[in-house]
Amino acid sequence: MINQKESKSSKLMKASIFGFIFGFLLQKGGVAKYEVIVGQLLLQDFTVAKIIMSAILVGMIGIYFLQRFHLIELQLKPTHIAANIIGGLVFGIGFAFSGYCPGTGAAALGQGNLNAIFYILGMLVGSIIFAELSKKLNNSVNKWGDKGILSLNEFFKIRKGTMILVMIVLLTSILGLLN
Amino acid sequence: MGKIEMKTMKKQIALQIFILVTLTSNVSAQINNQIGGSWSPYLTGFFIGTLLLLTLYFSNKPIGVSSFYATLAGMIGKRVSPSHILKLDYYKNNPPEINWEFVFVISTVVGSFIAAYFGEEFNLSWVPQLWSNTFGTDSITRYGIIAFIGGIFMSFGARLADGCTSGHGISGTSQLNVASWISVICFFISGMIAIRFIY
Repeated sequence: MINQKESKSSKLMKASIFGFIFGFLLQKGGVAKYEVIVGQLLLQDFTVAKIIMSAILVGMIGIYFLQRFHLIELQLKPTHIAANIIGGLVFGIGFAFSGYCPGTGAAALGQGNLNAIFYILGMLVGSIIFAELSKKLNNSVNKWGDKGILSLNEFFKIRKGTMILVMIVLLTSILGLLN
Repeated sequence: MGKIEMKTMKKQIALQIFILVTLTSNVSAQINNQIGGSWSPYLTGFFIGTLLLLTLYFSNKPIGVSSFYATLAGMIGKRVSPSHILKLDYYKNNPPEINWEFVFVISTVVGSFIAAYFGEEFNLSWVPQLWSNTFGTDSITRYGIIAFIGGIFMSFGARLADGCTSGHGISGTSQLNVASWISVICFFISGMIAIRFIY
């Protein structure tokens, strides 16, 4: 539904409904628990991987068809190889240290884990540090390996439908192995 | 095809999707009679994937959380020194004001609270169980410091990589975005190594 004239309050109303459902699902899925996140990183509990891969399967197939019927527009972030790798690795350290990620940390607070407050305060400080350095980073790291908008099928030079079939086989095989 | 026909078709498809989602959620409610327990990860994943389709369709937005923390930090910073905050590149491009992601994440906290409260899983705690079992109940300061540093690393990394476990890990990967696949693989590789320094 691509509608530019929508009022701001209507947009935010939808955000509140979707956010509510997201928090509800994270809590019910158990991923708001510190132990579940740490268990995943220790390779003892695969709840996180199972949820993410099932969500990708549904999302990927759904997005493919919705986009074919022009019902949605893709919302893609540009690929900056260096920034994605370095940022990703730095993120992972935080993942292990805190036992939360941005979404599950918010959900953890909701279910009463007050310890998530330490993590959230760190998130605020880290954001400011990044903002302070954003000009420098934009002129350096972000320019290394700047590929613009790039999808997996473009990268492998195959058709989108084929790429999706490959991903379905890959993800279901991993899910099968984990089960 | 005329414009009006196209519109009716779109409405029809939207209705179909809505009915499908309602039906599947009814079925799942029957499967999961034990509301107190955690839902199956596959079912949860199915619903999160469906939610992503809904946010894209109704809000033209992917699910994403990490920018919320930068927005909140900017709002607080703006109170202290508005001229300085608004001069920073990041906040020039991403004004720190109430936006879609901000409302989304605040509601995530509420949604989780409701799920936990009615699922009888709500309890206030200052130290994670696994942490106190391993390091003792008096180790809260240590957890606090490590989690705080972890938060700093995580938000810096998320901003540099331009997304988190939701924005890249679910929304971007589902759209076959190369940036997202690189980032999410790095999140987990680095996390799996770093956790060995703690446990």
